[in-house]
Amino acid sequence: MNLTLKIWRQKDANDKGKIVDYPMSDVSPDMSFLEMLDVLNQELIDKGEEPVAFDHDCREGICGSCSMFVNGRAHGPDTMVTVCQLHMRSFKDGDTIYIEPWRATAFPVIKDLIVDRSSFDRIQHAGGFISVNTSGNTQDANSIPIEKENADKSFDAATCIGCGACVASCKNSSAMLFVSAKVSQFALLPQGQVEATDRVLNMVKQMDEEGFGNCTNTGACEVECPKGISLENIARMNREYLAATLKG
Amino acid sequence: MALDSKIPKGPLEDKWTNHKNEINLVNPANKRLIDVIVVGTGLAGGSAAATLAELGYNVKAFCFQDSPRRAHSIAAQGGINAAKNYQGDGDSTYRLFYDTVKGGDYRSREANVHRLAEVSTNIIDQCVAQGVPFARDYGGLLDNRSFGGVLVSRTFYAKGQTGQQLLLGAYSAMNRQIGRGKIKMFTRHEMLDVVVVDGKARGIIARNLVTGEIERHSAHAVVLGTGGYGNAFYLSTYAMGSNVTAAWKAHKRGAYFANPCYTQIHPTCIPVSGDHQSKLTLMSESLRNDGRIWVPKHKKDVEAIRDGSLKPTDLAEEDRDYYLERRYPAFGNLVPRDVASRAAKERCDAGYGVNKTGEAVYLDFASAFMRYGKEQAHVKGLDENDEALVKKLGQEIVKNKYGNLFQMYEKIVDQNPYETPMMIYPAVHYTMGGIWVDYNLMTTVPGLYCIGEANFSDHGANRLGASALMQGLADGYFVLPYTIGDYLAHDIRTGPIPTETKEFDDAEKSVTETLDKLINNNGTHSVDHFHKRLGKIMWNKCGMARNAKDLKEAITEIAELRAEFWKGVKIPGRADEYNEELAKAGRVADFLELGELFAKDALVREESAGGHFREEYQTPEGEAMRRKEFQFVSAWEYKGEPKDAVLHKEDLVYENIEVKERSYK
Repeated sequence: MNLTLKIWRQKDANDKGKIVDYPMSDVSPDMSFLEMLDVLNQELIDKGEEPVAFDHDCREGICGSCSMFVNGRAHGPDTMVTVCQLHMRSFKDGDTIYIEPWRATAFPVIKDLIVDRSSFDRIQHAGGFISVNTSGNTQDANSIPIEKENADKSFDAATCIGCGACVASCKNSSAMLFVSAKVSQFALLPQGQVEATDRVLNMVKQMDEEGFGNCTNTGACEVECPKGISLENIARMNREYLAATLKG
Repeated sequence: MALDSKIPKGPLEDKWTNHKNEINLVNPANKRLIDVIVVGTGLAGGSAAATLAELGYNVKAFCFQDSPRRAHSIAAQGGINAAKNYQGDGDSTYRLFYDTVKGGDYRSREANVHRLAEVSTNIIDQCVAQGVPFARDYGGLLDNRSFGGVLVSRTFYAKGQTGQQLLLGAYSAMNRQIGRGKIKMFTRHEMLDVVVVDGKARGIIARNLVTGEIERHSAHAVVLGTGGYGNAFYLSTYAMGSNVTAAWKAHKRGAYFANPCYTQIHPTCIPVSGDHQSKLTLMSESLRNDGRIWVPKHKKDVEAIRDGSLKPTDLAEEDRDYYLERRYPAFGNLVPRDVASRAAKERCDAGYGVNKTGEAVYLDFASAFMRYGKEQAHVKGLDENDEALVKKLGQEIVKNKYGNLFQMYEKIVDQNPYETPMMIYPAVHYTMGGIWVDYNLMTTVPGLYCIGEANFSDHGANRLGASALMQGLADGYFVLPYTIGDYLAHDIRTGPIPTETKEFDDAEKSVTETLDKLINNNGTHSVDHFHKRLGKIMWNKCGMARNAKDLKEAITEIAELRAEFWKGVKIPGRADEYNEELAKAGRVADFLELGELFAKDALVREESAGGHFREEYQTPEGEAMRRKEFQFVSAWEYKGEPKDAVLHKEDLVYENIEVKERSYK
């Protein structure tokens, strides 16, 4: 396949940044999208130019590193995949492909397609945990049975990979899908109940301080989430938050 | 220096308990005066950082990723073993110990593995308390499944994402300590040297990957939890950033490197599709619980399948060769990874591979669909003879167990594994070699510790499934936090370690000189160009099966390639900015040294055991042949060029377990 890539190039956080055109030829449909970028980068290095910087690591859809807009959609046109799992067979010969970084105030650009997502970590520092001592002197794991339905729902929420596609897809740059996934995981487990009130208050407070917007119920986050994290979690977080506020 | 494994005296089952009772403790008030550096934030590093901080030490944690949550432990799929015997199928600490030593082909330390089996049950309790959502049955209790190489169900899992859930558990424990200010987290930082002062590890030199700044960090002890070095093969199931740099720099500063040639080749990966390929994707081994592995019996069918004129689903049962079930009736498709990998290679080498490159076998779920479906139909009172219905019901069950893996396969290969068998082939997945450590997990450099996959310790020649996660968390949560206290107890009066010293100056200078050399090299080829060539040598000559002739060639070729790299590598950009190529170049430079030591170690080891197979040493049936005289750990001392490395041997003594021929027939 022959393609025209239009890629966002930005030297560093202070640079203005612009779209640069790169023609690509002989792209195999079996390549992943990132492998296609690898090929481009090798060509650029051979020509003495700087390769396009992008975040990536596991390349099997689980680490959550890779993060880019492909033709205006987070992780590209396919559903339920990260961009490392997107394959070039999803494109046609002659296509023009726009490649841009996540856009959100709370995700400043570091270089080219790489953004700083440490705001997500800071939300987790504020309460994304259960305060149990790591001593191993906990009770037997089977001493508290957990209803399978709740365990499964908790697992579904826990599958969030923290890639930030939800924020990038939201017109308000809201992080509520991400935050609600963690709140839900713990809210659905008996182990997470004790500090549930503080957890939701602290995490939501930190989320606001980081500059993420509010939920508008548009649902773009759910549509673009590569792991299918459900909007139900946002509803659950809102209930948890309301209850915590009334209690507090 | 003689190797002292420091294995405690006394009966095996009391060693760890007695050792803990005798260990020096640090008073909580004094812990506040002690700094510990932890490099790597996966299962081992993350759990260690959290626990050390919880105990009261000041922890500085480093990772090259943008967040500790992205460490490659996150990609482990299948599960984690623990001798809980919840299933009442005869499991026990002893049996987990026995299976692991046997699965490791009697090339691991008895005392370490027994300790691992002992603490395995604590890991599950700990993780459940942290909110790790393990799979549960309808009674609300934890569910288990079985894995290759064992006859009991002891594997705890969270669908095909166990590694993710366990890592997020460790990450959340870290977050709690970061929130309390007890861990200072340095993300997008790469460790480029260990600083040794008066013979003790006292800090590291790290590079901030965003700004390129070189930083000095001091501590009373340094812990490496930096994972394995399988990316020396270029194509592997490792994350793209996984590297040997921290471990290799430690080796250069005096830490012995043990068993570098011990590599686990995982049998169930998605086959290579072309030259552009950047990495290989694993399909969890747990699939072998329900999938049956086969190739066609006849060459004509192989050809018909390759040219597309025959569909695998149309091949009659009697024309299929379920070679694992044929060769190993007792374990069948659940033989250990090394046996399954070599058997697949044997069939493909014989010309029975089913994809275009001839390097793939089938993993077929058709009979599992029917088996589960019949049970479901029975439970629901539906027609058990309605084949379409039974298949659909069975597919639902399989989807619940492995749905994400099936989805992943379909996305990558563009074939629906519910309709046609998956294609799989072995790939480099885990390294059992690593930095040599004693029973306390300390390296040959005092104050330098190494945990998880980065050390060599618990798994020996071959690693059974679901034991890597167990080792990472055991080391980090429950072993290191005790043993490091014994060392640090002598450091309570030391005070903060200064960074404005000659040792730090020297280490920083050597780091900046290397970076300068790379960035100003003005060569002609990219880093990947050299990495790919190294990978080809490694896979062809140091891969699943090895022989003396190939290994000798590999040693020469890698040395030549390394010389060529330093002359010919080309890195665009500057050193004082975000520069992925520069970071990669440093890692590949280290792989080019490690690769040669790897081949050298493999050449010395004139035997086949577990993951390493020397073609000259096999039984008439083509099974691995161990040799008693190689019942030792090879620990290499750095002396400059890899060819000059000096071999030290730690004899492996088996007092509690009879060393037997490993048989899965």
